[in-house]
Amino acid sequence: MICSNNICVSLSFLADYFREGNSDAEDSELRFATCQSLWKHVKLEAEVSLEDLNKQLFDNLVSFLRRSHSEFQEKTTEWNCQMKSREIPTAALVLGVNVTDHDLTFRSLSEVLQNRVTPYVALLQAKDCPGIKNLMQKLLGQLMNCYVDVDSEEDDYVQTSQNRIRCSMTSLITWYESVTKKTDFETPSKKRTSSRHWQSPPVVVIFKDMESFTTKVLQDFIVISSQHIHELPLVLVFGIATSPMIIHGLLPHSVSSLLCIELFQSLSCKEHLSTIIDKVLLTTQFPLKLSEKVLQVLINIFLYHDFSVQNFIKGFQLCIVEHFYTQPLSVLCCHQEEVKKRINSLSHNQCENIRRLPSFRRYVENQPSEKQIALLTTDGFLKETVQQLLDDLNVYHENYFPVLRCLHVFTSSLPKYPLGKQIRELHCACLENRVWETEEYESFLQLFYAPLFFFFLKTLLELKESRRSKKLTKFEMLRFEVVDYIDSVVRNYLVPADHKTLHEIVYFNTASVLREHLNAAPRVALHTALNNPYCYLKSQALRSDGGSISNKAPDICIVYKLHLECGRLINLVDWLEVRKDASSASSCSHARFIRAVSELELLGFIKPSKQKTDHVARLTWGGC
Amino acid sequence: MPNLEHSAYPAATLLHLESLVPCRESQVSMLLSIFGERQQLSFPSIFIYGHTSSGKTYVMQTLLNTLQLPHVFVNCVEHFTSRLLLEEILIQLQNRSSETEEAAHVPCDTFNDFVRLFKQAIVSQGLQDETFYIVLDRAEQLREMEANVLPAFLRLQELTARNVTVVLLSEIVWELFRPNTGCFEPFTLYFPDYSIGHLQKILCQNHPPEYSADFYSAYINILLGVFYMVCRDLKELQHLAALNFSKYCEPVVRGEANERDTRKLWKNIEPHLKKAMQTVYLREISSSQWERLQHDEGEAGQLKGLSAHAHVELPYYSKFLLIAAYLASYNPVRTDKRFFLKHHGKIKKTNFMKKHEKTSNHLLGPKPFPLDRLLAILYSIVDNRVAPTANIFSQITSLVTLQLLSMVGNNDQLDGPRYKCTVSLDFIRAIARTVNFDIIKYLYDFL
Repeated sequence: MICSNNICVSLSFLADYFREGNSDAEDSELRFATCQSLWKHVKLEAEVSLEDLNKQLFDNLVSFLRRSHSEFQEKTTEWNCQMKSREIPTAALVLGVNVTDHDLTFRSLSEVLQNRVTPYVALLQAKDCPGIKNLMQKLLGQLMNCYVDVDSEEDDYVQTSQNRIRCSMTSLITWYESVTKKTDFETPSKKRTSSRHWQSPPVVVIFKDMESFTTKVLQDFIVISSQHIHELPLVLVFGIATSPMIIHGLLPHSVSSLLCIELFQSLSCKEHLSTIIDKVLLTTQFPLKLSEKVLQVLINIFLYHDFSVQNFIKGFQLCIVEHFYTQPLSVLCCHQEEVKKRINSLSHNQCENIRRLPSFRRYVENQPSEKQIALLTTDGFLKETVQQLLDDLNVYHENYFPVLRCLHVFTSSLPKYPLGKQIRELHCACLENRVWETEEYESFLQLFYAPLFFFFLKTLLELKESRRSKKLTKFEMLRFEVVDYIDSVVRNYLVPADHKTLHEIVYFNTASVLREHLNAAPRVALHTALNNPYCYLKSQALRSDGGSISNKAPDICIVYKLHLECGRLINLVDWLEVRKDASSASSCSHARFIRAVSELELLGFIKPSKQKTDHVARLTWGGC
Repeated sequence: MPNLEHSAYPAATLLHLESLVPCRESQVSMLLSIFGERQQLSFPSIFIYGHTSSGKTYVMQTLLNTLQLPHVFVNCVEHFTSRLLLEEILIQLQNRSSETEEAAHVPCDTFNDFVRLFKQAIVSQGLQDETFYIVLDRAEQLREMEANVLPAFLRLQELTARNVTVVLLSEIVWELFRPNTGCFEPFTLYFPDYSIGHLQKILCQNHPPEYSADFYSAYINILLGVFYMVCRDLKELQHLAALNFSKYCEPVVRGEANERDTRKLWKNIEPHLKKAMQTVYLREISSSQWERLQHDEGEAGQLKGLSAHAHVELPYYSKFLLIAAYLASYNPVRTDKRFFLKHHGKIKKTNFMKKHEKTSNHLLGPKPFPLDRLLAILYSIVDNRVAPTANIFSQITSLVTLQLLSMVGNNDQLDGPRYKCTVSLDFIRAIARTVNFDIIKYLYDFL
């Protein structure tokens, strides 16, 4: 309850921000609502498609659990089973280096396990478990609470307060025996709730970030649990970001021999990205589209920096918010059915906004003069035209995506992938400029012409009746025809979006804002602030031209500027002298200089040097 | 064979005990003579040490259970704080007689409390007239606890004025335990490793009921022939024996050989065991996977072990960061000019090679380097311009959490952090290949 209240409060704050932040707050509430609903849908779509991708992995894991569980349950007196040492079933789950995405994966994994296998799932994180004691505390806390969560109706279960439970394996086993015994005695009517779980369900312990755990904690825990594996059906899941070799690195043979390790690998994060792009961006389902530059920023951050699909989605969210916030006309960026209503209720100001759009102005210029006047003066006529133009834009999108996919099928089968291996590369190429004017497209057509030969030859050889010589010429013609046809389709339907009128309404294209927010450069910002304080302080007195710095600048800026010209070691006395020269001697006291120097030290530019007294060492080189 | 003899126990029990502890008769008889009769005071503390699976825990457990001596058995790894340990001893002691009735939990924070509660419990359990044994398994953990715990356990008899003996079991020698303030010296007893003959004898004791002892003994012989070189752990050998026995029996089951056809059986099992040594013994593949493979007659080659998945996919700049870190770790600082400056002139290796640098840097291991050197190398090996964005810095931190880099010394970000690259040459070469970077050309060792 509290949680949902909080959301309401924060939502209304956001709405206020939307309203106040913009001077011409046209339809801000409606824009805000549209933005919210769009994001909700995008988020849902993304979550569903990511879940689908993980399905196979989770199925494998569940069947592994089932297998190891049946081994646990068979209490045979067979010789073989008696002789074998009982190992702890362990799944090594290799998830890739995009650690930020793992949280979601583990959350859905524990959901799947709780729905299909066992209510007893514990998630452990290295930062919570610096010692074995903390680990046991976390484990007991999570497991013993989960019982209450599953059957919340049964309040008669004595929940001893958490800190009174001895945090040892023995209390865990006692607890496990008590809860499993209890479900055994359940009345048939209640059985229904736990029937999706197995008999004496396993206790799954998930180590989310295996690499960060200390070896001692892991070893101790494994040694302890292996002593009790007969009483407590424990299953371990190791979340691994790098490679399963890390297990051998962390655990000595005496400990790893207590485990029965099987390997599970998730799909690579690049495949996740392709799916998200496919489901969220290359579709007419969502009205908002990204321009080539914006998409490139998002993809570059993904490929160059973090491999994180979650961050990609967050970036897309930022695009949505930014678009609806800055573009007053984004109110028209909604589903086809709504558009008409919204156009009719557009205010005069909004009509003026439309007239100011560059793409619309281009459009007006190409119209006959009487129509131009009507468009610029009559709001009603403008609205009609806008309606029609938006319909056109919609039709364009409906054709664009199928044709794009089609072209991708052709290009991806060619050697060297002239237009990119992934559909996202092709999409970017098409958005950037007329794809048929690029060299890559030329080479694509030529390459495409060649495999057509084999393709048709195969079909033609099956038609035996016609004469050989005639066949070939006919065949040549056919080849040209096919290539021409594809070429014309591409020219017709893959026009870059920014050639389309009113594309500003549905395309978000301020890549610079996105880059500033998502790929910040703290060192550069710091350098700019110190080197050119006007940039942030906006005081006319600080305005300086060229490389010089104003006398009125804060002390730290002047000191910083001077230190840039020094070598690795800076003599404090010299520095002070130069500082005094730089400004009129009266205005710079010793104390102010020392304060500026210690501020620089705090910012990490210099540190006291042990090599020479009264010297400081620079910690940076160059400008940034 | 020295038969166990002791006046206090009936001969039949002793005989039974002897059959349960093969190859440990002398140690058991030694322990028996120290224990003496039930009511006699025994030595206050006994320290038993020996390698992994030399039967310390098993012998103590069997001895105490068979002779029905009152005791508690506590694993110090499992009870990792002194409080847990002491409480566990008391709980076990209180639950000895009254199995059903759960004794009220009494907190025991200090050793003083423990002595008091222990005395009460001994009286309430009626154990005043017998020696009570406290066995502390994995006793090396005691050293991690408060300084008073180990010395107090060693003279528990004196502190409680009760007939109690503390037995410490450990894999390391007593000299590593002795506190520098001095303590009561326990009686130390060494359990030597099992010889190959002992192993053979013990492993053959539990032969499967459907086959003869001789047949199984021949199998164990072959098994030890393969594994004795790498593994002397009894538990592990037993596990391996159980895992592979069905394969050994295969020719007999199919009727291709009889039980005495040792040569044929050897030919069948030997390559199989060698494969097992490289895979399942190292836990490259799990035991259950191994059994399934055997069952389905599949080739072990189809199933890749853990080490086969060494490849790690990294973001583009992370790859270059790692390469730069590797170069910074293995190249001397002075050579950076030679590798990364465009017009460095002709510098031959001999010119700037000091005497100690003749040894390969790869043999000496990675050296720490400051952050700025890493970034400088990064900027010069990446073709396009790299902005020093927050993402680059956070990538360095992620590489540290992934344990591909490690932070050296104090982790004060302001004071110029220093890193080391912890990946192997093979690993970095694989990474460099994916970005078309010829790393060998940039390594001083391969100049």
